[in-house]
Amino acid sequence: MTKSMGKLEAVLSQGKFAVTAEAGPPRGARPEVMREKAALLKSQVDACNVTDNQTSMVRLCSLAGSALLLAEGIDPVMQMVCRDRNRIAAQSDMLGAAALGIRNLLCLSGDHQSFGDHAQAKNVYDIDSIQLLQIARQMRDEGKFAGGDEVDGRPQLFLGAAANPFADPFAIRVPRLAKKVAAGAQFIQTQCVFNVEKFAQWMQGVRDRGLDQKTHILAGITPIKSLGMARYMATKVAGMDIPEAVIARIKGVDKKLRKQEGIRLAIETAQQMKEIPGIHGVHIMAIEWEEAVSEIVAGAQLR
Amino acid sequence: MIVAEQKPLDEILSALGASERVLLVGCHGCVTVCAAGGEKETEQLARLLRVAGKTQGKKISVETVTIERQCDPEFIEPIAAQAHEHQAVLSLACGAGVQLMAERLGSIAVLPALNTLFLGVAEEKGTWVERCQACGDCKLHLTGGICPVTRCAKSLMNGPCGGSSAGHCELDPELACGWQLIIDRLEALGQLDQYEKILEPADWSRARHGGLRKVNREDLK
Repeated sequence: MTKSMGKLEAVLSQGKFAVTAEAGPPRGARPEVMREKAALLKSQVDACNVTDNQTSMVRLCSLAGSALLLAEGIDPVMQMVCRDRNRIAAQSDMLGAAALGIRNLLCLSGDHQSFGDHAQAKNVYDIDSIQLLQIARQMRDEGKFAGGDEVDGRPQLFLGAAANPFADPFAIRVPRLAKKVAAGAQFIQTQCVFNVEKFAQWMQGVRDRGLDQKTHILAGITPIKSLGMARYMATKVAGMDIPEAVIARIKGVDKKLRKQEGIRLAIETAQQMKEIPGIHGVHIMAIEWEEAVSEIVAGAQLR
Repeated sequence: MIVAEQKPLDEILSALGASERVLLVGCHGCVTVCAAGGEKETEQLARLLRVAGKTQGKKISVETVTIERQCDPEFIEPIAAQAHEHQAVLSLACGAGVQLMAERLGSIAVLPALNTLFLGVAEEKGTWVERCQACGDCKLHLTGGICPVTRCAKSLMNGPCGGSSAGHCELDPELACGWQLIIDRLEALGQLDQYEKILEPADWSRARHGGLRKVNREDLK
């Protein structure tokens, strides 16, 4: 295991505070976009997620995007959604990723296709994110495909999942995390935290069940770019919790200074996350704003 | 029941093409219950086609008949002779009915007047909602009697996803989150401990993914 360990797993297993970020692949066959993002992020993070056709918009695939980051010396976290792949394709992509040296896999259900620009597409959902985790773990630890046959060369993948403490019903958000951990999630990246109080309440439940001892939880941080973005996330994105005070804070500063205020808020949140017992890192999702990552990392003294 | 709705009149007229003698066949089965293809709807559609024919300067002769079930050959045979006096048969049955009619009537074109939508229930007068996808591997005993395959937009076996908000699905604020319903029901049944059991990947070979499905009951032959 040690031989194939990626940087993210190494950092977390040493008990260090991990920093991950996100690089969304381009909507075209331009590898230089990934290389440019890699250059901005390389010295800032322990690993970087490569999103998988997020919001159901067609983009360069996460496998190729991850390979491009790897070539630039970044430990990629390949995201894989169940929307577009059945269990055959999912397992095949895992083998391909592992063969190329990709060491982290984030298992997700995926945004519904009706949110994207191909709303008439047929979705797959042969399996869900929890079943995807189970299959990946079985291939790695037991050397068996979902169908039962033997895998000739086990994919050594560090397995992650997402958690959204702000979605409903709140009462099952800890049990749902427990299911993901039971299915094989070694690390968790959460939805963006704006409601710190509610997040802390969820973490209390996580600790009460000892789940923080069984998985590494990385808290999601997103810098707000504008008042419009804050309002959009507050009203249009289901499962996103942006308290009124956050919107008021962005609104309260001059238009030209709002980006800076968004970064300040992200820094403060990251610092608060460091203080919550059981949080092992942060996952910075600066959507198409990779430049913000270094400011947050430096400002919150994350590394 | 199978729930269906009538196609737009323009689409029906376009499918009929130059046919001048048309037999409209209604069905007393599911499509009568969901008011899409029963006797009443068949007569209504016949009137609309006659008017449309006149407007377009065509002489469309429309006859109507409504049979017990179009998904059963014994009810199709009696209208075979009548059907062959026409250039086209317009069926107001579900897709299964249209196909069996086409098979049984042979050399005459059988066209669909309805779009077949889903297996559902009448929630209230005039509102039908999907409940079953006929996946062939019922798991309702594990999910409080609410189907995750049908009620969750992503058919998650281990939901809800992160988009469940105040009881609603992220797709539509009018739509209930299927997994919220499942959790509420499990709680009411005192079975919330069931929630943490991971449901295994479904066997979709029993759904349409395994090829054409067939039930063969020797005891009934």
